[in-house]
Amino acid sequence: MYRETNRHFRFDWITIIIFLLLVGFGWLNILSASHVGETIDYFDFSQPYGKQLMFIALTVLLIILILSIESKFYERFSSIIYIVSMLSLVGLFIAGKNVNGATSWYAIGGMTIQPSEFAKAATALAVAKFLSDLQTDIKNFKDQIKAFIIIAIPAILILLQNDAGSTVVYASFFFVFYREGLPKIYLTLSLLLIFISVSSLKFGATITGIVFTILILAYHFTRRKKPRILQTLFAIATCLVLSFGIKFFYQNILQPHQQDRISLWLRLEKDPDKIAQMRRDILYNLYESEKAISSGGLTGKGFLEGTRTTGKFVPEQHTDYIFSTVGEEWGFAGTTFVVVLFVLLLLRILHLSELQKSQFSRVYGYSVASILFFHFMINIGMVMGLIPTIGIPLPFFSYGGSGLWGFTILLFIFIKLDSNRINEW
Amino acid sequence: MRQFLLFIIIIIVGLTFIGRLFYLQVYNLEGHNLFDDNAIRKVYDYPKRGFVYDRNGKLLVSNQPSYDVMVIPREVKPLDTLEFCSLLKIDKEQFNKIYKKAYHYSPRLPSVFVPQLSKEDYAALQEKMRKYEGFYIQKRSLRDYQTTIGANVLGYIAEATPYQIENDPYYNMGDLIGKQGVELSYEEELRGVKGIKFIQKDRFNRDIGPYKDGVYDTLPKQGRDITISIDSELQKYGERLMQMKHGGIVAIEPNSGEILALVSAPTYDPNLLVGRKRSRNFTKLYNDTINRPLIDRGLLRMHEPGSPFKVFVALVALQENAITPQTTVFCNGGYNYGGRKPMGCHCGGGKRDLVLGIAKSCNSYFANAFRKSIDMYPDAGNSMDIWSNHMKSFGFGDFLGYDLAIGKKGNMPNGAYYDKWYPDFNWGATTIISNSIGQGEVLVTPIQLANATAAIANKGYYYTPHIIKHIEGKPIDKKYTTKNQTTIDPKHFDPVIQGLFDVYNNGTAWFLKVPGIDVCGKTGTAENFTIIDGKRTQLTDHSIFIAFAPKDDPKIALAVFVENGYYGARWAGRIASLMIEKYLKGEVTLKQMEQMVLDKSLEEEYAKPYSGKPFTINN
Repeated sequence: MYRETNRHFRFDWITIIIFLLLVGFGWLNILSASHVGETIDYFDFSQPYGKQLMFIALTVLLIILILSIESKFYERFSSIIYIVSMLSLVGLFIAGKNVNGATSWYAIGGMTIQPSEFAKAATALAVAKFLSDLQTDIKNFKDQIKAFIIIAIPAILILLQNDAGSTVVYASFFFVFYREGLPKIYLTLSLLLIFISVSSLKFGATITGIVFTILILAYHFTRRKKPRILQTLFAIATCLVLSFGIKFFYQNILQPHQQDRISLWLRLEKDPDKIAQMRRDILYNLYESEKAISSGGLTGKGFLEGTRTTGKFVPEQHTDYIFSTVGEEWGFAGTTFVVVLFVLLLLRILHLSELQKSQFSRVYGYSVASILFFHFMINIGMVMGLIPTIGIPLPFFSYGGSGLWGFTILLFIFIKLDSNRINEW
Repeated sequence: MRQFLLFIIIIIVGLTFIGRLFYLQVYNLEGHNLFDDNAIRKVYDYPKRGFVYDRNGKLLVSNQPSYDVMVIPREVKPLDTLEFCSLLKIDKEQFNKIYKKAYHYSPRLPSVFVPQLSKEDYAALQEKMRKYEGFYIQKRSLRDYQTTIGANVLGYIAEATPYQIENDPYYNMGDLIGKQGVELSYEEELRGVKGIKFIQKDRFNRDIGPYKDGVYDTLPKQGRDITISIDSELQKYGERLMQMKHGGIVAIEPNSGEILALVSAPTYDPNLLVGRKRSRNFTKLYNDTINRPLIDRGLLRMHEPGSPFKVFVALVALQENAITPQTTVFCNGGYNYGGRKPMGCHCGGGKRDLVLGIAKSCNSYFANAFRKSIDMYPDAGNSMDIWSNHMKSFGFGDFLGYDLAIGKKGNMPNGAYYDKWYPDFNWGATTIISNSIGQGEVLVTPIQLANATAAIANKGYYYTPHIIKHIEGKPIDKKYTTKNQTTIDPKHFDPVIQGLFDVYNNGTAWFLKVPGIDVCGKTGTAENFTIIDGKRTQLTDHSIFIAFAPKDDPKIALAVFVENGYYGARWAGRIASLMIEKYLKGEVTLKQMEQMVLDKSLEEEYAKPYSGKPFTINN
């Protein structure tokens, strides 16, 4: 009896309120970024702000549906959900619609649906299911491979559809594996890989190779208990291969526009005229979005008053660059508000995950936090020019039905799982 | 530990973002300014530039519309170039050249295709303009001079230089700004304030409507009309008299300090610096280094004042009690002061008192007076300082402070000046005796001389000369309505004025009387030198004259300076008489004198130093 009457109050209302604030504030900014002319017809479904309003309304139905399904359903059917989701990705190769060079959409009637947005939630369920299996031990190399395959399948499928941005997000599962016991050596190797990559591009492959060789040799000879010589040689060989491989990868495999993004980020180009030209031409979006943000000042120019937003200076502003609208119209106050909301949401999800008694719920929660964190970090970092341009949406904020629904499903499955934690043993 | 990794990273990323946002939006912010925002197009609405009237209300400068043909290269469609070129009076080659240049500047932004069409060309072109897509006509306002005189006073307007644009945010590329004369001095009153419309653009630089419905837009404020103190009839007459001569005339109304005429010769027609031919004409005028028409000789020509300066030497000597009006000197055709040869004198010789000394311009008399004033005190340096300060109270030796932007200080040496010249030599009055007759180290400009003459006419004070009479009826700067007292007691002026009056009776200008008007004046003949092939060569003397009239109620004081005009009464004196009659009577009865002056050309004289041949002077 008790459980039945208080069902609604066991949902984590803090998370839900933050979610509502983000969606609401996001819509105001989409309105600002996409409206044309003086009059605003809120139910004009030919305009992005009108469509988004419809998407939000449908989201409410979606939430009710998710919350009314029994928690156990998600755990039991996670494998099936995952398989269906992967099939939907495969199906794109047959019936996909190409938009902006990426074949990531199904066109159904007048609507387009992007299955990769839903694949994140499905993968999170699958990962949670796999790691919570009593027979799985992530410290075990075999299980590491299996876990890797679970995330590699959607990542590769999405990469093949030419949507590099969404692929990167699957790297966020590294945090989940690490939390569940992935050996520290992976962390060390990842950091090493990042160091070597950056150093190789910035200072040249030869110098990087020499420096790392010296470091490894120094480590070898200063250790009291000498490591085996073969191990050391192997480490040196790996470093050398990596530093030259990265350089080769950058120069020969990456496409010119990707090279430029990285070149500008790492300040590889020295000629100031060339840099200015690159900023203007290749990174026009970034240049304009940074300008829009910095023109906002402390309190911004006011809702619907941003000159650069009104003038549509930032292309794609209502989707991936929505944060620049916040920056221009709401200023530092607005941007800080959004950043703080996201940080609070992420910390809240992490906190709740740690409270979960079932490993499935914990791993799933952790996955939710990691995925949202990656989106948050990459999107806002990109819009402000802190990291190279990678086109992924800002969760709950950017325009787009699939994105909004995908994130809503991701989040609300966790809220549902969390609401049941008291009775779970 | 594993639980906290993501916690920590999230917090670090959050703080990094806030830090970066702080840097971008708060720390790095130079204030959001509509003017710096390239999402906002600024469209300026230029007000009418104020008119310029002379003291009698005659319109001197007004405005005329001008039409620039503008081009936006990207919007240009194929056209009948032959017809278009003939309408614009350019050839095909020029068309291609200008078009290429405009395209190179920007395919999207407007460039001037052909500037400043005449009204006739505009009328012909206007009807066919719609045929030429991508071209349009931009109306601007240019000056329209209603007169051909006073180019140096009226000045001109031209596009503001990059330096001016950088230093004054009011001006934009292509804005017109006063460059000389009253256009420069009263730029702010004349120009008014331009209005601005802010228009929201999109990223393709297209207009999408007024920014915030135009709440920040401003209306232009009309420029104010100014009335200047120049009497255009007198100015015109002065310019006529000075034709074919080099020099300047400055006429001042003594009881107000208003400049009645400021003639500089040779001059030019102000209409030359308007419109399409402006730059070609300007270069021509600028490069004429013999006539130098752009130099205002009334304000900028520093010269040794010559004999008129004797009057001031006498006033200082009287004030210092070095002489009295009764002091006499016997002139034997020279003044022997112990130099290698005595200072010559052309006065005819005989016993001279102050009045006769001035009338006859006796060098000996003033050499004596100067020497006595310097010998008043034991230290020559000290005496010279006192003497110099008296002179400076007449406005010599420093900028006068008139409301035109150009000027020269002149030179009025003091003790320190000579101490520097003669560091090892105990100099005294005789060393610097040339100053007594207005030669030597003293230098003045014509306007300083005219102003000091006005101070004599006023018996001891002057108003700072000024060109402005009023701005739409509003009173002018207090600076121009405050008396500047000289250090000379008014009582000393009476004998001096009597002497100046006698110049016309029994003195050096006896043949220059103006019928019915009591004129006071003083001739001046200044030796001058130039360097030809490295040799110091004497040229024909400068002809100089100061005068004021009528004697008892002065209405006009003037200084006339004619370069290489020989003795003072010859040309400068005649011009002074004619100017005075013209101003006071409105017409000239001295017809014979007028004809003589008008006919006289000194071109031959000015050509001498450049001829490369030996020449004679003072003939």
